[in-house]
Amino acid sequence: MLRTEEMLLNVGPQHPSTHGVFRLVLKIDGEVIKEAKPVIGYLHRGTEKLAENLQYTQIIPYTDRMDYLAAMTNNYILVHAVETMMDIKIPDRAEYLRIITMELGRIASHLVWWGTYLLDIGATSPFLYAFREREMIINMLNEISGGRLTFNYMRVGGVKWDAPEGWIDKVKEFVPYMREQLKGYHQLVTGNEIFMNRVKGVGKYTKEDALNYSLSGANLRCTGVKWDLRKDEPYSIYDRFDFDVAVQDGGDAWARYHVRMKEIEESLKILEQAVEQFPSEGDILAKVPKIIKAPKGEAFVRIESPRGEIGCYIASDGKKEPYRLKFRRPSFYNLQILPKLLEGENIANLIAILGAIDIVLGEVDG
Amino acid sequence: MVEELLYSEAGLLNFGIFFLLATVLLLVVLGFVTYAILAERKIMGFMQLRHGPNQVGGRWGLLQTVADVLKLLLKEDTIPKLADRPLFILAPVIAFAPAFMVLATIPFTDKLQFADIGVGLLYYIAISGLTTVGIVTGSWASNNKYALLGGMRAAAQMISYEIPLVMSVLGIVLLTGSLNLNEIVEAQKNGWFIIWQPIAFIIFLIASTAELNRVPFDLPEAESELVAGFHVEYSGFRWAFFMLAEYVYFFAMASLTTVLFLGGWLPLPFLDFIPGAVWFALKFTAVIFVLVWFRVTFPRIRADQLMEFGWKVLLPIALANIFLTALLKEWLSIF
Repeated sequence: MLRTEEMLLNVGPQHPSTHGVFRLVLKIDGEVIKEAKPVIGYLHRGTEKLAENLQYTQIIPYTDRMDYLAAMTNNYILVHAVETMMDIKIPDRAEYLRIITMELGRIASHLVWWGTYLLDIGATSPFLYAFREREMIINMLNEISGGRLTFNYMRVGGVKWDAPEGWIDKVKEFVPYMREQLKGYHQLVTGNEIFMNRVKGVGKYTKEDALNYSLSGANLRCTGVKWDLRKDEPYSIYDRFDFDVAVQDGGDAWARYHVRMKEIEESLKILEQAVEQFPSEGDILAKVPKIIKAPKGEAFVRIESPRGEIGCYIASDGKKEPYRLKFRRPSFYNLQILPKLLEGENIANLIAILGAIDIVLGEVDG
Repeated sequence: MVEELLYSEAGLLNFGIFFLLATVLLLVVLGFVTYAILAERKIMGFMQLRHGPNQVGGRWGLLQTVADVLKLLLKEDTIPKLADRPLFILAPVIAFAPAFMVLATIPFTDKLQFADIGVGLLYYIAISGLTTVGIVTGSWASNNKYALLGGMRAAAQMISYEIPLVMSVLGIVLLTGSLNLNEIVEAQKNGWFIIWQPIAFIIFLIASTAELNRVPFDLPEAESELVAGFHVEYSGFRWAFFMLAEYVYFFAMASLTTVLFLGGWLPLPFLDFIPGAVWFALKFTAVIFVLVWFRVTFPRIRADQLMEFGWKVLLPIALANIFLTALLKEWLSIF
């Protein structure tokens, strides 16, 4: 048997395919990975600690910067936690605006994933197509909130801005347009033989593994577990919409790809209904005190973000700042399974596996 | 004209003419490379909803590549401290020189060819294999792990795809009974080889894309995996040499495809009033376009799948094609 020398390869934090400042220390034999050690923390900003000295409304912009690809859901998880503690009734119009912006954010996030994943795999064009559609969403969200990525849109008790004139119509027009584009995506990528070879059977894990590693979102649903908090623990007004949970069997990158693509379609369904039911008038902010003080006690809420279950735990001693704030950041938990998946794979698969997990480093490092 | 020169006496004047012609070819090729890069970027831009270069040299970015090359010339020439200095300097030259050497045998028209040698095809394949030596040398000399991985991939890829490439053209050699590129073109008077050898054409197209290290076979420099692969430590004009070699090969391989399968300078029936050079340019451009199109459309294939595809799929089919061609030639005796 030919003896080869093991090599230590440092991937990242400036590697183009680690989606940010993620670092992997690999022990490789030829191109085969013997051991992978993820190193995180390059983007740690101490959001949770900072929050202890901030009023609840002041924390909202910090949540934008965790999962910067789907900042709306992050906004929501915080205000949702505070609202749960204070038991506030949210006006209908505000709820609809929240749902619409969150679902738009979900589509935008999946589009970024789709584009960058294919960029990782070596196809350059899908990225640009995905960003054309994403740009439209970003422009819509910009119009309503004033920000393109970091929205700072939601408030305890509602939302900050009402929809400008004609905005709802824009969303309405976007739904069929996006459906049409999705067909093109499938034509370009889904049926491509090279793409199928690259993702089928890659990064495979079982249902038990997924549950044991506490994976969530598409990473869980790709193993056939039908678990979506929008359906199973409906928050906000998700119980008013008719949509399916995207599930796929297989547990490989190919299944994850399909789950995310289906999720875009389901989000479009929700958008379509939300726009239809959108109340023509009403408040966008509930009656809340000027200075928000969560009552003494603690609360944990969780919702479905594009990346999985995002949770927020607040312990309050009745002051205007939280005593302790903790986010369950799905990317961080989803990343845990990576070393196990990488063992024995080659470098090309490393990129395909890491990409399929869909991490956002702002969220991993918190 | 060139033929007369080839058989004329050796002398200072003839040497001068040859030298001049070679310089002209060099300039033509460099001019082509300049505009092929621009064309590629423009086509890619068009297919990817972008504008492509549109600032330097007017609306069409006609001087963009010139500006890029000038920038590369002015860049600081860095050599890593731990690199193998002599090899590091030598590698781009080894990669680059064969790229120009292969151009000598390609017949652009029936008159315009620099070396009408009997084994033109063999010469092309033999010389073009040398470039990989330059790539592997450069990757080893860089003393960089990513570069090393890229270099190894390049070597493995070259071995796996050179063989199906040669095997696919053997069918043509069987039909024409010659390795001379001129005679191969002449033999296509009653039908291009893309019609007589469709399987060989497909294999050749795939294998040549792999030879050129272009998408979907751009593994040696896969930017999303190996950052930039074998030339990760190169900068400035040394890097430009690698790129130049790549694009000259692009030119050479497209020319070879035209000559072998698309009938070279031969016109389509009833259109023979258009000169041969124009026909060559047209077919050649079509091949280039297809290769650029590939680049925009396909994801990258994985290293082990690439090997498997080369050895388990392309090679057996190429061998079967040779067998089939031999049978056809024997029974139908068309040639």
